[in-house]
Amino acid sequence: MEALMQDLLSNVDWVEIGIASWDTLIMVAMSLLFSVVIGLPIGVLLFLFGKRQLLEQPLAYAVLSFVVNVLRSVPFIILLIVMIPFTVMMIGTSLGVAGAIPPLVAGGAPFFARLVETSLREVDRGIIEATQAMGANVRQIVFGALLPEALPGIIAGVTVTAITLVSYAAMSGVIGGGGLGDLAIRFGYQRFQTDVMVITVALLVIFVQLLQMLGDRLVIHFSRK
Amino acid sequence: MIVFDQIEKSYQVGGKAIPALHPTNFAIETGEVFGIVGHSGAGKSTLVRLINLLERPTGGSIKIDGEDVTHYNASQLRAFRRNVGMIFQHFNLLSSKTVNENIAFPMKLACIYSKTEIQQRVAELLELVSLSEHATKFPSQLSGGQKQRVGIARALACRPTILLCDEATSALDPQTTQSVLKLLADINRELGLTIVLITHEMDVVRRVCDRVAVMDAGRVVEMGPVSDVFLHPQHPTTRDFVFESENIDSLELQQDFKKAKGRILRLTFKGESTYDPLLGSVARKSGVDFSIISGRIDHIKDTPYGQLTLALVGGDLAVAMAALEAADVHVEVMN
Repeated sequence: MEALMQDLLSNVDWVEIGIASWDTLIMVAMSLLFSVVIGLPIGVLLFLFGKRQLLEQPLAYAVLSFVVNVLRSVPFIILLIVMIPFTVMMIGTSLGVAGAIPPLVAGGAPFFARLVETSLREVDRGIIEATQAMGANVRQIVFGALLPEALPGIIAGVTVTAITLVSYAAMSGVIGGGGLGDLAIRFGYQRFQTDVMVITVALLVIFVQLLQMLGDRLVIHFSRK
Repeated sequence: MIVFDQIEKSYQVGGKAIPALHPTNFAIETGEVFGIVGHSGAGKSTLVRLINLLERPTGGSIKIDGEDVTHYNASQLRAFRRNVGMIFQHFNLLSSKTVNENIAFPMKLACIYSKTEIQQRVAELLELVSLSEHATKFPSQLSGGQKQRVGIARALACRPTILLCDEATSALDPQTTQSVLKLLADINRELGLTIVLITHEMDVVRRVCDRVAVMDAGRVVEMGPVSDVFLHPQHPTTRDFVFESENIDSLELQQDFKKAKGRILRLTFKGESTYDPLLGSVARKSGVDFSIISGRIDHIKDTPYGQLTLALVGGDLAVAMAALEAADVHVEVMN
């Protein structure tokens, strides 16, 4: 049995797999962090600037919405390439784990911003009205009522964004991004090592499953409805 | 005192101004329970939201205790709103906060209370609405009536002088409605709070209000003390509301009138005379016989009243009517 396994997975270098898994984890974690930090305020602004909302600003909404849409409509594989000069400008290289993070954030942040906007819209208008009637200003309404009420939806949004970033991170292997995707392309695709391909795909599937489970648990924990 | 002076509101829909409230003048006295009754779309919701400026008037002014609130700047407005509590049909509690936190919320927003002050006040309010044992529950764990009690406690947190109730009992069952209305009446009596209450149920008005305004299509069509409006409705809309609340079918009533013999009178008693054994003595004195076509004996707020529709035959009708009027009974001839 052991011999059979050895034979089947003859090309698999487990140390290499371990490093690549760790790299993917770091890429996803860092890009998720920046996507949330940048996407959350953009999502809140999109909501507030929207029609019949607290800070209704049709022009500001149109501009912000346009930028978000542009970033979201460019296929990620193209965004990876388009971002190369900016990435080099920002961190000196477009390669490896660090080089993959700026394009991942450029793809993840606008995606997350839309999810935040949607979950804020789900908050009952009556709650905003009640908070206004208590004499709250916009900042108090956002931090005291809107964000706490939308928290389960926002956490679900973080989960979806994290999973999207796992697949984006794997894609970044095409331009030398590092991680499991890089391994799959260099060994699985270019050297026809099917066993490496199978292992990387299996690891990605496990990674996504774990993220979804964690996200669902957090949503349940924070849901009071 | 809340004074509406030529107050009006219209909405821009596709470049056209659609009036929600036609220029309106009236005043709500300090310490009274004022009801605004009307069908949905009559403008009552707009009117009540004009008081705390959740809706901006398109014309006229609102003076509260002599001060025009429509010109307040943002920070004055926020301070003013703390003086006006509001409760809602669907409670609008924050589902992410416990009962305690919900009640403390307006005090925290005000940024002028210390932690211990807030704790004390919350405990006091929980006591007032009898929810002390539910302090750490979340709204989803409470019944509708309990949620509205939390809403009331929250509205009272910053010690307002005005309480606005937007269909506060419309989502509650009849028993819970009773207990919430009783609580509102107690609050009005004990705290001297002015309560403005909008509803589509005349019964709610009858139970707690001192005065009422009836709205129809953006106008106040009738206004006065509840007993007057309720017992002698003038406007067709008001009549509809009163009939509806008393389960009177006006077509059936017409048929009853046709079948009955003799003069049909509607007698209205109010106050202590409700309990006097009047009809028998009047019948003996005047020699008339009577049959009761319809009737109701109940309370308007704390005042007992009775309203009977009688068909009188034989005897001396003039003597009977004079005797009734002498006993302070309001008599209307219906045919």
